[in-house]
Amino acid sequence: MEPVIPQPSPAPAPRPTPAAAPAAGPAAAPAGPPRLATDALTAWYGATTGVRNVTLGFPANTVTALIGPSGCGKSTLLRSLNRMHELVPGARVTGRVLLDGLDLYAAGVNPVRVRRSIGMVFQRPTPFPAMSIAENVAAGLAVGPRLPRGQRAEIVERALQRAALWDEVKDRLHDSPLALSGGQQQRLCIARTVAPEPEVILLDEPTASLDPAGTSHIEELVQQLKKEFTVVIVTHNLQQAARVSDVTAFFYLGELVEAGPTTRIFTAPREERTEAYVTGRFG
Amino acid sequence: MRGRLVRRVVGSLMTGLTYGAAALAILPLAAILAMLIVKGAGSINLDFFVKSAVPLGESGGGFAYAIVGTLIIVGLACVVGLPIGIGAGIYLAEFGGGTFGFVVRFVADMMNGTPSVVIGIIVWSLVVTPMGHFSAFAGGCALAIILVPIVARTTEEMVRLVPNSLREAALALGYPQWRTSLAVVARTARAAIVTGCLVAVARVAGETAPLLFTAFGNQFFSARIFSPMAALPLQIYDYAVGPYDDWHRLAWAGALVLILLVLAISLAARLVTRAKRHAT
Repeated sequence: MEPVIPQPSPAPAPRPTPAAAPAAGPAAAPAGPPRLATDALTAWYGATTGVRNVTLGFPANTVTALIGPSGCGKSTLLRSLNRMHELVPGARVTGRVLLDGLDLYAAGVNPVRVRRSIGMVFQRPTPFPAMSIAENVAAGLAVGPRLPRGQRAEIVERALQRAALWDEVKDRLHDSPLALSGGQQQRLCIARTVAPEPEVILLDEPTASLDPAGTSHIEELVQQLKKEFTVVIVTHNLQQAARVSDVTAFFYLGELVEAGPTTRIFTAPREERTEAYVTGRFG
Repeated sequence: MRGRLVRRVVGSLMTGLTYGAAALAILPLAAILAMLIVKGAGSINLDFFVKSAVPLGESGGGFAYAIVGTLIIVGLACVVGLPIGIGAGIYLAEFGGGTFGFVVRFVADMMNGTPSVVIGIIVWSLVVTPMGHFSAFAGGCALAIILVPIVARTTEEMVRLVPNSLREAALALGYPQWRTSLAVVARTARAAIVTGCLVAVARVAGETAPLLFTAFGNQFFSARIFSPMAALPLQIYDYAVGPYDDWHRLAWAGALVLILLVLAISLAARLVTRAKRHAT
């Protein structure tokens, strides 16, 4: 029934070597079938491709890290998962993205609804400056199903607790979010993302603009988030990928080179390019 | 050593010139205000605000109906013009990349440069003539037509300043495009949009020419928007060109009140911006 099992890209396009063949078996999935998966996904910018023919599964309740040098397509892949990619003029996608077996790019699927099931946190914190802290957290609820009055405050509190921010802001829920530190703002954005209860959370270099303290806060938080959500994180920081992820996928020049359990990718990569990258020889 | 001296002399000279230019720029404003205060302040008393215009030959009287009339006509212009202007501005900033956006922007810029007397004549032929009589409604239309392109262009500029990352964040939360534009982008730019609107309103509140052909003026009190109505600029004009010294004094007072009104609106605009800066 499962259309895609996570395994290394079947063919690094130019020459399909037999090296890919022994990689059979669910190398990347310690925890059963994937919640989210791509199937031969190619993302286009006009006539050029950002991501080529990627087939990859994201198992439920795990953290999958997408790594690779700048321009390798990891962010493009991430933005294809919740149909943000197509907002760029001229951008389109071929192939499939399956959430619980359902193709998100099938005809008749509303991208707005897709984005409600797959939340996203960006590189720079993006609190809405015209809204208070509480309004920010509740922002995603405004476009969801109608809630009874009291429930909104409850959801806001729970979301802030899950984002490990409640204790710091509970006395100033109605203040501007811009008074918060960068790390707090990013946790606020995470609270805003979890409040509508998505199934998947995408993190696009969530600590790139934070100081070390803010970074370690977010990393601890990611460990909590994976208990409830499927988490995909793009990071430039290899130590971070090693620290927070269960599965790592390495991309190079728009292609998926190798995916597998994080410890294996970092200690015994099968591909030479992966080894060169994780040992810091390029990128 | 000599080079340094020359540099300092030239530097001071240029700085001095910019101060001079700035002083020259505010000199007319200061002169006008001083003149108005000298000539008009003496005639501002309670009568000025509560009494109506008097018939020819009588002395006394005030600008009560003209003040009320200006508020009504400008209010009408706001009701008609602000929503259209703000809506058009948001459209231009958020979706106006194509040919239609280009045309709208071009037309708005052209209308910003159109003399207001021309707009008065156009409204006269489009509204006054078919209705058969002058009216406050026609005056409001004329001012609204002046208001719309100013508001549209300033709103567009302000909405453009909202960082794209906020749009993306809203879209990623599952906001449809239109709700992103209204609930997040326009809301973020709200204070700036309000400021732009106030500045535009201050600008049209003093317009005289378009009202000559539309609201026409009225000696008597009228709150009916489909009949001729008095307005501050109109009564100032009437009294200023009239033959009586008494009228001239009142016209000065009227001008002072009009300037103060515009000043108050501009100040309000500044305060809105200031409050915004505090919040952020």
